[in-house]
Amino acid sequence: MNFKHKYIFLLPGLLVLLGILIFPIIFTVRLSLSSWDSFFPGLDFIGLDNYIRLFTDDARFWEAFFRLSFLSVTTVFLQYVIGFSLALMVWQDILFKRFFRVLFLIPMMTTPVIMTVIWRTFFHESLGPVNDFFGLFGMTPLWLSNETLAKVTVIIVEVWQWTPFMFLLLLAGLLSLPKEPFLAASVDGAGPVRKFIYVTFPLMAPISVGAIIIRLIEASKIMDTIYVLTSGGPGTATETSSFYIFIKGLREFQMGYSAALSFTYLIIMIISLTIIANILVKLMVRSN
Amino acid sequence: MRAFYISLKYLVICLWSMFVIAPFLWALSTSFKDFSSVTSGATYIPWVDFEPTLEGWRVLLRSPAQGGVDIVEPYINSILVTCLASLISIVLGTLAAYALSRYTFKAGFIKNSDITFFFISQRIMPPIVLSIPFFIMLGKLGLLDTLAGLILVYIVLLMPIAVWIMVDFFNKVPIEIDETALIDGCNPFQAFWRVVLPNSVPGLIVAGMFCMIFGWTDFFFAFILTFTEVQLLPVAIVALNSSITPWWSLSASALVSVAPLIVVAFIVERYLSKGNLSGALK
Repeated sequence: MNFKHKYIFLLPGLLVLLGILIFPIIFTVRLSLSSWDSFFPGLDFIGLDNYIRLFTDDARFWEAFFRLSFLSVTTVFLQYVIGFSLALMVWQDILFKRFFRVLFLIPMMTTPVIMTVIWRTFFHESLGPVNDFFGLFGMTPLWLSNETLAKVTVIIVEVWQWTPFMFLLLLAGLLSLPKEPFLAASVDGAGPVRKFIYVTFPLMAPISVGAIIIRLIEASKIMDTIYVLTSGGPGTATETSSFYIFIKGLREFQMGYSAALSFTYLIIMIISLTIIANILVKLMVRSN
Repeated sequence: MRAFYISLKYLVICLWSMFVIAPFLWALSTSFKDFSSVTSGATYIPWVDFEPTLEGWRVLLRSPAQGGVDIVEPYINSILVTCLASLISIVLGTLAAYALSRYTFKAGFIKNSDITFFFISQRIMPPIVLSIPFFIMLGKLGLLDTLAGLILVYIVLLMPIAVWIMVDFFNKVPIEIDETALIDGCNPFQAFWRVVLPNSVPGLIVAGMFCMIFGWTDFFFAFILTFTEVQLLPVAIVALNSSITPWWSLSASALVSVAPLIVVAFIVERYLSKGNLSGALK
C-alpha cells in the first residue's frame, strides 16, 4: 500500500490530541517549579521547593492518597464480584432476560453528579427514606456526617453507578466465549460450580483483568461524586487526591503547589496502575 | 437443590433490581411533593402519603425571572457540546484507528502499539491534573466560558475511547476487503470510505454511544471551565443543589436530564444480544 496515505489517516487525530495536550503537560511541570499563588500570580522559579514540601510536610496529601487507594480498591472489588455474578445470572436463559439486562445497564448511563444529588436526598439524615427505614428500629445512622459511614455511603453510590460498566464488559466477554469447553465439561459430568471454577473463570481471566484495570483507572479519578455528596467531609474523612488538589489549586489558588501535587499524583497513578496490572495478569494466568 | 439455586438467583436479581430502581422511584415521588410533604419526613406514595402537586415540573417551564429553573438552555448546550465533541472525536479517532490497524509505523523505538497506547492512556490522566493548565490556556485563547473551549477539552476526553474501540474493531474487519477494493482500482481513501466504513457500522455505533455517555455525564471540566455564559446540564443541576434546596424541582430536573441516555441502555443491550458488542469491547 502507498506510504503517504497512512500519515493522512493518522496525523489529524494524533496532532489534534498532541496539540491540545502538549501545552497543559509542559505547563504543569513548569508551574510546579514556581510559587504561583493568589498573592503573586507569576512564573518565578523556586526549584524543587514544592516537591520538598510535598514529600516532607504534607501528611494530608498522603492520607488522601491512601484513602483513594482504599476507596477505589474496595469499590472495584465489589463491582467485580457483583458485576460478574449479575452477568452470570443473565448470561443464560432466564425469565425477562433482556429486561434485566437493560435494567442492569441503566445506572452507567446516568450522570454521576446528578444521581449523587438524588442520593444526597436519599441518604438525608432526617428526611430521607433510608433513615425512615432505620427509624423503624429506632436508629438514625448519620450517613453523611459520620466519618466511617460517609465512606460507606460513597462506596454504595459508586457501586450503584459503575457496577453496570463491569457488568457490561463481563457479559460481552461471556457472550463471546466458545461453546466447546462447556459441552466438554457437561459430557464429563461437571456441575455448575465446578464448571465455573474450571471452565468459565479461567476463560474469563483475560477479560476480567481488562475490566478490573479499566475500572481501577476510572475509579482512581473519583471526584465528582465526592464533591456533591460530602465535599470531602466530614473533616477530611472522604477527601481523595483529586479533591485535595482541587481545594489547593482552585479554592486556595496555590497554583504552583497544586501543580506539583498533580504531577506527583499522575506519576504515582501511572506507576501503581502498571504494577497492579502486572500483578493481576500474573495471578489470573496462574489460575489457568 | 436445583430449585434452591434458581430461587436464590431470582432473589438476587430482584434485590439488585430494587437497588437500581430505588433512587429513580424516590426522585419521581419527590418531584410531585411540595414544601410541607418534603419537610415532614420521608413519604412515598402520592395520594396516600402526601397530596401530589405539579409544582416541581411547572418550575422547569417557567423563566428564571418568574422564579423558575432554567434548564432549557443548559440542555441545549449539553446536547451541542456532547454531539459535536463526539462527532469530531469519532471522525479523527476512526481515521487514526484505521491507520493504526492497517499500516505499520516506525519511528525509532515508537511502534504502532506505542501510538495506540498513547491515545488510550489519556484516559489515565486525572481531570484535575489538566484542569489548571486548561483553565489558563483557554483563558489566554479567549475560550474560557465558551462552547468551543469545552468542545476542545471534551475531544481529549472522548478521542481515546473512539480509538480504543475502533482499533479493535478494524483489527477484526478482514484486510482482504481493503485489498479487493484496491485491486478494483480504488485509492486508499475510496477503499476506506466505500468499503471499510460501511462494514464498520456496528463499531461506529458502539464508539459513538460510549462517546455520548462519557461526554454527557462529565461534570468536572464544565464546572471549572465555564461560569455564567455557558452552563451545561450537570453544572446547572448541581447549582440548584447548593442553594436552598427545593427537592421537588431538583428531582424533576434530574429526571429530565438523565432520561435521554437511558435510551442508550436499550441500544447497547440490542447490540449485546446480537453479539456485536463482544467484538467491539474486547
